[in-house]
Amino acid sequence: MGAAFQNDPLVLGTNPGDPLPMLEGHVSHGRFERVLKAGHFAVTTEIAPPDSADPDEVLKRASLFDGYVDAINATDGSGAHCHMSSLAVCAILTRAGYSPILQISCRDRNRIAIQGDTLGAAALGVCNALCLSGDDVGAGDHPEAKPVFDFDSVSLIRTLRILRDESRFLSGRKLDLAPKLFIGSSINPFVPPIENRVDQLAKKIQAGAEYIQSQYCFDIEILKGFMSKAVDMGLTEKAYILIGIGVLPSAKTASWMRENVPGVHIPDAIIDRLQQAKKPKKEGRDICVELMQQVKEIEGVKGVHVMAYRQEKWVGDVVKRSGVLDGRKPWQPENSIQKSLTETS
Amino acid sequence: MRHSRFMERLYNAVNPSIVGSLRLITKVFGTKLDKPITAAEAGLKGFLFDCKMCGDCALSKTGMSCPMNCPKTIRNGPCGGVRANGMCEVKPEMRCVWVAAWDGASRMKNGDEIKNIEFAVDNRDTGKSSWLKLAREEKNGDIAEVSH
Repeated sequence: MGAAFQNDPLVLGTNPGDPLPMLEGHVSHGRFERVLKAGHFAVTTEIAPPDSADPDEVLKRASLFDGYVDAINATDGSGAHCHMSSLAVCAILTRAGYSPILQISCRDRNRIAIQGDTLGAAALGVCNALCLSGDDVGAGDHPEAKPVFDFDSVSLIRTLRILRDESRFLSGRKLDLAPKLFIGSSINPFVPPIENRVDQLAKKIQAGAEYIQSQYCFDIEILKGFMSKAVDMGLTEKAYILIGIGVLPSAKTASWMRENVPGVHIPDAIIDRLQQAKKPKKEGRDICVELMQQVKEIEGVKGVHVMAYRQEKWVGDVVKRSGVLDGRKPWQPENSIQKSLTETS
Repeated sequence: MRHSRFMERLYNAVNPSIVGSLRLITKVFGTKLDKPITAAEAGLKGFLFDCKMCGDCALSKTGMSCPMNCPKTIRNGPCGGVRANGMCEVKPEMRCVWVAAWDGASRMKNGDEIKNIEFAVDNRDTGKSSWLKLAREEKNGDIAEVSH
């Protein structure tokens, strides 16, 4: 990453949360888009929004990733559980200079609420949005709630592109200022219909997705098949594809996830390896490091998305050991807790 | 949708004649027969496809598998939660509507239609007849036409 936007105070502005100048050929003011468009291998991760109204808790959780990730996804009621909203987490992170990705799920809001929130997020400085269908309400702690699903992820992508590119609501009413968002979506190549998952990817890209973050990849062979089809169809030229990587703490958790978390495919070989390991936690991180290295070698893969629920403190460790950043140091706050820790150690 | 090819042929043979006769009927009777026509459509398509009368029928573009049976009513599926055995994440006893749709589409003559984007439904049309809509040549607004 050139010094152009990391060190120059004129470029960065006075507050860490100030938007960066828009570069030629870019759609957002964000750092995440810059990293990808500059051709770097990007690393993103996921923050678990707190069950709290405390903004400091958000910053504390984000600081675990300082210096190792290019963007942080703020989940939107993941697993249909209530937490602090994705929009608020993104606003808090943006003010501190972080580069959050606003996850938008179709489960809880209709097209009126979603379009309004999208404008609000951009007004608060958020530069990235990720369009998801969302988990069913039955998966969460409020199964009696009314599922909305006015949109699916593809219609949501399309809507965000209309807001941004045509500067209008779906109704046609004009916007005075369009939300400058870098728009992405997800893909799960590892569950049926496996042979059509690449067609699903094509639809999302046709709708306007500019980057893709995949579900957990624990099966390199399936990923290779998927990516080679994506390359053949020219899809990797049209969107940046980041592969989801998980940190598994034990064979028991892995088996539980496979049974209970929708869309998670973990081959027996991985579970056996964790079972036989003397130190399963370390083994889980080793698996993660190996997967990141293998994924990086696959044609068309432009980054990894590390999901380490309740293992967040290990994200820096696995990213560092994998070497996928090629010595690059992603942005971190001036007063980063991590930075002072590493400097004193 | 193992019978999607047959269903497609049936649909392609029957649907235009239904719509054609309705075109005539609506010209003669106006809106007077809308209720029984809608009820007939709900009965027939409900029996054959578990139709939910969304008012914006996509059957011919979704492998003859009705997307409104998806618990998330996804119109461009499937979602990422499909079980390893192809069953629905929300209803484990039901085959994923979209696994069925892609499978069905692969057996159909015009199966590639499934690759086109279906924008979210107009919720005002819920419970209304798709046949009458076609007969009167009412079109959906192109609020979200994909231009690229």
